[in-house]
Formats: sequence, C-alpha cells, structure tokens
Amino acid sequence: MNSLYYQKRLSRNIGDKFFTTLSVICALIAILPLIFLVTYILYKGGSQITTELFILEPNPPGDDLDAGGINPALIGTLIITSIASIIAIPVGVGGGIYLAEYSKGGSFSRFIRFGVNVLAGVPSIIAGVFIYALIVSTKILFGSMYSGLAGGMALSILMLPTVIKTTDEGLKLVPNELRYASLGVGASMYTTILKVTLPSAFRSIATGVVLGIARAAGETAPLIFTALFSYYYITGFEDLFYEMGSLAVLIYNFALEPYDAQNKLAWAASFILVLSILSVNIFSRILTAFTEKTKRV
Amino acid sequence: MEEKLTLFKNRKRFGIEKNIDIIFKNTTLVLSSFVAIILLGIILVVFFQSFESFSRYGLKFLVTSEWNPVKDEYGAFTAIYGTLVTSFLSLLITIPLGVGTAIFITEDFVPKVVREIIGSFVELLAAIPSVVLGLWAIFVMEPFFRDFFVFLHNFFGWIPLFSTEPTGRNSLLAILILVVMLLPIVTAIARDSLNQVPKKLRNAAYGIGASRWKTIFSVILPAALSGIMAGVLLALGRAMGETMAVTMIIGNSNAFSWSLLSPGYTISSMLANQFGEADGSQVSSLFYAAFVLMTLSLMVNIFAQWLVKKFSLKY
Repeated sequence: MNSLYYQKRLSRNIGDKFFTTLSVICALIAILPLIFLVTYILYKGGSQITTELFILEPNPPGDDLDAGGINPALIGTLIITSIASIIAIPVGVGGGIYLAEYSKGGSFSRFIRFGVNVLAGVPSIIAGVFIYALIVSTKILFGSMYSGLAGGMALSILMLPTVIKTTDEGLKLVPNELRYASLGVGASMYTTILKVTLPSAFRSIATGVVLGIARAAGETAPLIFTALFSYYYITGFEDLFYEMGSLAVLIYNFALEPYDAQNKLAWAASFILVLSILSVNIFSRILTAFTEKTKRV
Repeated sequence: MEEKLTLFKNRKRFGIEKNIDIIFKNTTLVLSSFVAIILLGIILVVFFQSFESFSRYGLKFLVTSEWNPVKDEYGAFTAIYGTLVTSFLSLLITIPLGVGTAIFITEDFVPKVVREIIGSFVELLAAIPSVVLGLWAIFVMEPFFRDFFVFLHNFFGWIPLFSTEPTGRNSLLAILILVVMLLPIVTAIARDSLNQVPKKLRNAAYGIGASRWKTIFSVILPAALSGIMAGVLLALGRAMGETMAVTMIIGNSNAFSWSLLSPGYTISSMLANQFGEADGSQVSSLFYAAFVLMTLSLMVNIFAQWLVKKFSLKY
C-alpha cells in the first residue's frame, strides 16, 4: 500500500533530487557569467558613446588625454565586410545552387560538402596566414602590401562555407513540386532556378547570409596581418590598397594599450560591434519565427 | 495534319537558350569547386612556405622550445603544448557544465518559455566576437580572479600546475575565457542532440519504472552521445584555433613552464604576435607552426564528421 506514495527517503528519489540540483547549479554557473558579460559590455561601452566618437580619427596613443573617435575603423569595418560579401556571396550562392540543384549526390558533391565542413573548421588565423602568403607578401595587388582589399579576401574565406551551406539547405527545403511544375510548362533549368526555386528560398538564404556577414564583422585574427590598422580617415577609392583600420583590430590594439583613454575607445567600439551583431541575430531570429508560423503547408 | 507535325518539329529550345542553360550549369559547377580549390590552396601554400623551416629543423621543431630569431633557432614546443593544454583543460571544464545546462533546458524543470529564453540567449552568446571577450577578460575577469589565484598558489602550490607565483596574465585565465567561449557551442549542440532523441524512448523507460535521472543516464544520454561527441570535437577544433581572446590574456611568453599560473603561448597567439614583424627564416618557422595548427584542427574536424556519419541516430 505504501509503495503507491512518493517516498522521500528512497535512494532513487534522493539520487534524482541530487542530480536535479546539480544540473540547476550547472545551468546557473554557465548562464550567470554570460548574463554578466553581456550587460557589462553594453553598460561599460554604452557609457562611452558620444557623437564625436563617430566623427573623429583616433589619436595616436600616449601623448594626450583625448583619444579622439573611431570613424576610420567604423568605415573600415563596413568596407572590409562589404568586400568580403561581394566575393563570398556570388561564389557561395552559385556553389550552393550546384550542390542543391544539379549534383545528384555523386562523389563530387559529397567531396564538396565535406570540403565545406572542413573549411568551416579551419582556424580563422590560418585564413589570414594564407592571404598573407598569397597576396600581402607577394604584393600581387598592384604593388600594395597590407590593404583593406586583402583583409576583405581573408574574411571572404571565412564567410564562404556559411553562405554555401545556407544556400544548399535553403534550396533543399523548396518542395520538388515547384520544380516539376516549372519544368513541366517548358521552362529551362536555369529559368526554373532563377525564377522559381531561388526566390522561394530567398528568405532563409538571406537570413543565413546576413548572419554570416555579422560573424565576419567581428573577426579579428584574419585582419591583423592582412588589413593591419590605420589611424587616418578613409578618403577615396585608392585607400582600398593601403592599410585599413577596423573595429575589431581597434579593440585588439587599444585594449593592450596602457592608457585609459585608448581603453575607453576599445570599450566604445565593442559596444557598437556587439550591439550591431546581437541586433542582427535577434532580428533574424524573430523573422525566422515569424516565417515558421505563417508558412504555407 | 501535315502542318501540325512541322509545328511539333519546331518546338525545341533555341540554340542560344540551350547554351545559356549549359553555361549556367557549368558556372555553378566552377563556383562550387572554389571551395575545394581554396582548401587545397591553403594546405599547399602553408606547406610550401614552411618547407624551408621543415627541412632545416625537421621534427625537432615540435619538441624544442628555443625561439630565437637572432641565433636562428626555432622550436615550437611551448606553443604546441600551450595549444593542447588550454584547449583540453577548457573542454574538461566545459563538457560537464554545457551538458548539464543542456539537460536542464531539455527537461521540464522550469516552464517552456523560460527554457526557450535561456536557449536562445546561449545561442546569441556564440555570436559575440572573441576580441570583445578578450577585452572583457583583461579588464573584468583578471582582477576578479587575482586573489583566487594567489589562494590557489598558496594552498596547492605543491601541484606542478600551480607551482609559480600568479602573474597578471596567464594560461589559466586563457582556459577560463575559452570556457566562456565554448560553453554556448557545447550547450547548443548537446541540447539539439538531446531534443532529437525520440519521446518513445523516454516514455518506455518511464513505463518500466525508471526514475528521471536513471532515464537520462541510461537511455537519453547514450542515445544522444554521438551528437554530443561531435559537438565536443567541434568545440575542441574551435578552442585550438581560437586566437584573439587567448592572445590578449595568456601573457605570450615562450618560456616553458608546467604551471598554469605563469604566462604561456599557443600556436595561434604566436602567429598573431609575430607574423606582422617577422622576416627571413622566422616567417618560414611561423608557417611551420601554422601548418601544425592546421593539421591538428583538420584531424579533429574530420574525425568529428566521421563520428557523426558513423554513429548518427538511426530510429
């Protein structure tokens, strides 16, 4: 009769309680520092934001108290990630189209998919080393060594696997009936892809690509010896072929400076970087959730 | 009738349209093979650039820790050891924490909304750039742990791992920041593989009278093991290649020490520190180190993919 009731003292119940507590403790240890981290970055960085920050050049560290702004780094990040996107998006979307639409699960496509996964796991600094050997040290780009262009190329290597993967997976989710219908009314393969399958997968591909761009914007390791850093305004097209600053490298350089003014600039740059990356992530998350709810079945 | 047949005959694609189709297909083929070209290019370039150093120092490079550009003596043992120690120890801390958290958000201890918020929060954290984590580590984590490290040295100084006076930046801090970085990855992947275990299995275990944790340990975790293992290996690959946060906090010293409380070095932080200013045979030696790092992370990565393929859930 008693066995029908919950007995606290039973070893299995004590064991269960113990492990439940343990997992709660794990979750707390894992999550609390993370919450603290985000709020600290947003608070500490947010309190440094002024309008001058967006307009001025950073002053060289050391001689005076006023650190200036981060305008060149901000513009540099925009330019470098744009260059990376211009390279990685066409190549990645094209490659993804081949994998999803043309390849029939043969050994070539399996090899490429494997390669995509391996490339995604290559340490980001190796991408920098590769571009350094290929472009910076050989001065192949019209005799310029460190340049924003080289930095963009290094970042594009990191973006490429993400873009291919999201295109491949996004296209695979498009129902085959759409393809049959299009081919059935006499459309050619490329019309089908460009006019039917690609548009219907557009939203999921765009989400993945934007997340890839956001990730690339925060990458530092590939830039420190390809784009290097610059204190000066970006004034014209030819600046692409010279050293170019970026928010990520600015944070790295100025965090290691012993001066308070530079450190504050690093915090401000982190605030801008983290806020934009997080908002892109949250926005795409909301968008995906919204699409899933309204999806036609 | 006759007329209709000729119409039928004319109903084929124009040559130009056919050509566009073929060109389009081949363009995408070329674009997709870019991945293979880049991957091979990276391997070949790094290998050939390291060739000079490889032929001069051979495998001795891996076991000596002299790094002296003046005397032209190079050995990367400190960096290789640092890479392995920081990544393995950080995983050792991350695995129980991450899997524990994953169990917490897949079981029904708290309402679903709370679990989902925790889950997406953890995923968001994976998006924070590592350079920002490094900044945080320098200005927040290091002062926070300073007294704790002194305590660790005073009471556990007899263990070689804690045998030196703690310095401002050291390997243990690098390990801790790696834990912060890997936790989201391990938690997210473990949660996904736990969620993929069919409900039937859990119900069957409950049905024959297993308690909640008996079910978790004997049924659910074993079923999700391959996914969790793959996630752990991916995290290992990330930890080995992680550059910025580690470089900023590890102290960057090539002097070898068993102690985690003294400054250390990893391959990636060595590259980040020296590549910009290196010349001569130092460049080749750095490429050699990069080659070692790449080989390590490729092996881990390929092993992870093999594991997923071999042991993926079949229900």
